[in-house]
Amino acid sequence: MPSAGSIEFDGELVKPADKKKLYCQRRKMGMLFQSSALLTDLSVFENVAFPVREHTDLPEDIIRLIVLIKLEMVGLRGAANLMPSELSGGMARRVALARAIALDPDLVMYDEPFTGLDPISMGVIVKLIRELNDALNLTSIVVTHDIAEGCSIADYIYIVGNRNLIGHGTVEQLADSNDPLVKQFMAGLPDGPVAYHYPASPFENELSRS
Amino acid sequence: MNWTGFIFVASIGRWAIELTHGLGRAGLFLGEVFIQFDVLFRRPRLLIQQLYSVGVLTVLIIILSGFFVGMVLGLQGYNTLVGFGAESSLGLAVAKLLTRELGPVLTALLFTGRAGSALTAEIGLMKATEQIAALEMMAVNPVRRIIASRFFAAVLSVPLLTAMFCVVGVFGGHLVGVEMLGVDSGVFWSSMQQGVDLYDDIFGGLIKSLVFGFFIGWIALNQGYFCQPNSAGISRATTATVVTSSLAVFSLNYCLTALMFSA
Repeated sequence: MPSAGSIEFDGELVKPADKKKLYCQRRKMGMLFQSSALLTDLSVFENVAFPVREHTDLPEDIIRLIVLIKLEMVGLRGAANLMPSELSGGMARRVALARAIALDPDLVMYDEPFTGLDPISMGVIVKLIRELNDALNLTSIVVTHDIAEGCSIADYIYIVGNRNLIGHGTVEQLADSNDPLVKQFMAGLPDGPVAYHYPASPFENELSRS
Repeated sequence: MNWTGFIFVASIGRWAIELTHGLGRAGLFLGEVFIQFDVLFRRPRLLIQQLYSVGVLTVLIIILSGFFVGMVLGLQGYNTLVGFGAESSLGLAVAKLLTRELGPVLTALLFTGRAGSALTAEIGLMKATEQIAALEMMAVNPVRRIIASRFFAAVLSVPLLTAMFCVVGVFGGHLVGVEMLGVDSGVFWSSMQQGVDLYDDIFGGLIKSLVFGFFIGWIALNQGYFCQPNSAGISRATTATVVTSSLAVFSLNYCLTALMFSA
């Protein structure tokens, strides 16, 4: 729920209180969780099939096709029969990504998609997010702490810090920015407008007390 | 008023607010479960799966416990009744005790330990691993998809398990009373046949067990669904399920006994 203003999706207001409409809107959204959030009692195939089964009455052979296409997109068609506990972190995230796009959404939201992955898996995910965005004509929102990877695929960036919007723009605009806070963020500097030290009384007071 | 007194009063106030808030939330949760009732008919497979994991997997512990409880009843009942020369009523005593009190109560307690705690832990872990949030984001109502079937599976399982407990218990009493201590088998069964009433004893016990199943399912799922999504929170919720359910079973059992059997 926004603390101020309103949220619009596909030209319509998003109202958390109106559950029915919210669920309708969510059918056109996908979300990738940081923890992947796969259903642990279902196989990879059934996880990807889950939203399709819940929201459509398609016959089994069509569902099978849809699921295999989505798994092929993330390169895991061969893993269809594995259980989530048998997957590595990177594979689990790719399965979750296949599940997020199973119903061909208009919008996919990524919660920290690069966190906790080995370099190879991370490269795969970075490439996938960009490719899926272009191939499926999606809007992708990526929330990340990883400036370098984020910049490598983003069209437009918003920087949030200190509970505020610090800056926004394309990668080039932000790189050329003169705002010290934006500079600190983009370069990942330890000290700057966001201080290294947590606010405290001067150290002299602490020393003179003893 | 001094400072500690103030804190004491404030803590009572906070406790009361939290209690009211928790009860209200649990009530709304139960209401939502009943609103989603139709999922049982639209997708019976969900219910059948839960009947298996909640009910069928509890059968073994119920049967073993029922048998031993029946054997104890046969032994103690015989020892008490033989002093009055009334060992011919052993069958009646065993059956009445089991159907009216011990069957429903012990089954409910065993069910709490075996299935109730498992439900809380399962739902709590689904919450901690964001599976419930993922269902929400896939526009799937988690109460409809995962809670309703578990709740009604608990409500249906407990009476059926209670019936098994009672039947096995009677045979346990028969084994000790008749086979080992020498009560006449015909007398054992006929005293039971004459004394046990279908409505008073058997339906009364089944009503009790339905109520117990209702409350255990409600408490267990509510605890899991609203637990703190971390290991300490799940552990607290599982403990709370067992403690609250057990106390609910004992107190409700007294109320139901007073209501049904006092006349």
